[in-house]
Amino acid sequence: MQIPENVKKRLSIPADEHFYAGHTACQGCGAALGLRYVLKTYGRKTIFTIPACCSTIIAGPWPYSTLDAPLFHTAFETTGAVMGGIEAALKAKGYKVKGEDGVMVVGWAGDGGTADIGLQALSGFLERGHDALYIMYDNEAYMNTGIQRSSSTPYGAWTTNTPGGKKHFLEKRHKKKVIDIVIAHEIPYAATASVAYPEDFIRKLKKAREIKGPSFIQLFAPCPTGWRAPTDKSIELARLAVQTAYFPLFEYENGKYKINMPSPKKEPKPIEEFLKLQGRFKYMTQEDIESLQNWVLREWEKLKKLAEVFG
Amino acid sequence: MEYKPIRKVVSGNYAAAYAAKHARVEVVAAYPITPQTSIIEKIAEFIANGEVENLQYVPVESEHSAMAACIGASAAGARAFTATSAQGLALMHEMLHWAAGARLPIVMVDVNRAMAPPWSVWDDQTDSLAQRDTGWLQFYAENNQEVYDGVLMSFKIAETVNLPAMVIESAFILSHTYDVVEMIPQELVDEFLPPRKPLYTLTDFDNPISVGALGTPADYYEFRYKIAKAMEDAKKVIREVGKEFGERFGRDYSQMIELYRTEDADFVFMGMGSLMGTVKQAVDILREEGYKVGAAKVRWFRPFPSEELYELAKNVEGIAVLDRNFSFGQEGILFNEAKGVLYNTDAHPIMKNYIVGLGGRDFTVADVKKIAENMKAIIDKGELDVEVDWYHLKR
Repeated sequence: MQIPENVKKRLSIPADEHFYAGHTACQGCGAALGLRYVLKTYGRKTIFTIPACCSTIIAGPWPYSTLDAPLFHTAFETTGAVMGGIEAALKAKGYKVKGEDGVMVVGWAGDGGTADIGLQALSGFLERGHDALYIMYDNEAYMNTGIQRSSSTPYGAWTTNTPGGKKHFLEKRHKKKVIDIVIAHEIPYAATASVAYPEDFIRKLKKAREIKGPSFIQLFAPCPTGWRAPTDKSIELARLAVQTAYFPLFEYENGKYKINMPSPKKEPKPIEEFLKLQGRFKYMTQEDIESLQNWVLREWEKLKKLAEVFG
Repeated sequence: MEYKPIRKVVSGNYAAAYAAKHARVEVVAAYPITPQTSIIEKIAEFIANGEVENLQYVPVESEHSAMAACIGASAAGARAFTATSAQGLALMHEMLHWAAGARLPIVMVDVNRAMAPPWSVWDDQTDSLAQRDTGWLQFYAENNQEVYDGVLMSFKIAETVNLPAMVIESAFILSHTYDVVEMIPQELVDEFLPPRKPLYTLTDFDNPISVGALGTPADYYEFRYKIAKAMEDAKKVIREVGKEFGERFGRDYSQMIELYRTEDADFVFMGMGSLMGTVKQAVDILREEGYKVGAAKVRWFRPFPSEELYELAKNVEGIAVLDRNFSFGQEGILFNEAKGVLYNTDAHPIMKNYIVGLGGRDFTVADVKKIAENMKAIIDKGELDVEVDWYHLKR
């Protein structure tokens, strides 16, 4: 369907499509939706670096590509370094980088490829100040290899290598605060975002395009397959993650924190509301749930304090 | 413009840095490691002094990222360069496959250094030879001049066949030893090596490409064949570029194996890298003493110069293969390859493997003379004493 130009201008989500239909993501995939928004916002003049992750498959096997933009598939741990090399080449060749008419260099990596094996390359990318955007789409486990825990997997979660069982062998650690590690590099811009709030995500993508230097977005991207959840619940889950303050939306810009919660005055919903829709949390005891709830509220208080002091 | 060389007294590492500068590299991503470091220090100095334009220097946090950044840069169309040694090269291993698989003509200098433990910073070829199956071309330099020439030729060859190339020099013996190097005026380098014209780049926004997508069993095989074919085709390109280099600048590299006084030789010493300088000097002395010997310096290990080895092997009675490297559970790597090449031919000279100079152990003219005596005795008797000789071993 053709959308008239005057209508296009009023849309909060760009009408342009640069993510082709027929991709190979699972039903209800948050990552595929996120990638579609990135392509809608930036268009063709975007060079993607994608390491080993679900998006390797979603992008299609040779000779196909789901992305209507240049894409370099790379090794698991190298996203930050490859992006740095691409940005350096663009500078050497005199391309305008970033801005509406410039080239956008984007890294699109999962939580394993970012929080675990790719953390070193990410750190190098951030501290060297490359003019590019790194997006970690967070589906909270190694989903492409078949649901193994990553350091971004939440406390109490079932995965194929934290299978529960008689010994209650579940994920024992709370989710790694990757964004805090990123902010410790004192980069100009870092933010969390969620596929349940596309306008907020797109606004942050646009901001990252205008800011000079490295930027980072941690995008919450539900995985019904790995979370043992119904495929039509992805958006609801992503929304509940924000409403429970399990995954709060915020921005860090040049030393200042700003919380971007959709209903700022509301108290967080109980974490059970987020947990109960997902099979991965079904082995948690009441004690486990309390432990996770306490962690969520403690971290939420910490963030509010940061926004208050460094707002 | 008439060619008048610019003579500079430089170390092997500085020769490499000047060659990268003269090749007008656009992106250098590198990480410090002894004995490579003075290459990237020199390049940083060129930038600091304003001697280069449009060169982006990416001071990465590891060698793995150095290669990854070169890969990104090369895929975006830039001429990319890096340098490393031993542990750093081993760390890069995964990405060496990536560079070749993505068909990116990156050029890297590896300063041959022994692998740890025990810690060693001295000369040994096992680091680079352990990368032989990654799809990189490998050029072994005998002296600082060949380091300089090797880098310039490698860019031209690599960008023709779309495979990456490694230029290899010896730790300290070349890397930190000063010698006269004839450098080529920039305008003449530019004529020999014009700007890179990549077939595909990530910057073609009208025709966006995807590099490295999943290859199913229905396609992967053909991708591998194309690399094998490019490597085979590289032999012709190497000979042509080597010949052109000789015509332009007076140093001919059209032979993948450099032969030294082999015409009427009974037996020859074969090896790679700086130790062949010592061998050539020993050959002169041995000739005066009545030995009919020569030297065969393998310049290119990948692709392997099988045809030239056969031509040599059918005319000699013996080949003493000098390996400054070792493949545990087998033998010296050059020896192993050379035997393999000759198996299905009618050329079967007596071949013996001497394991020399590992971890920077001195290898001198006197050693070559001892090996010559041993080799002569073997040929006279018509049989080997041992096939693999740990020549220096303290007994």
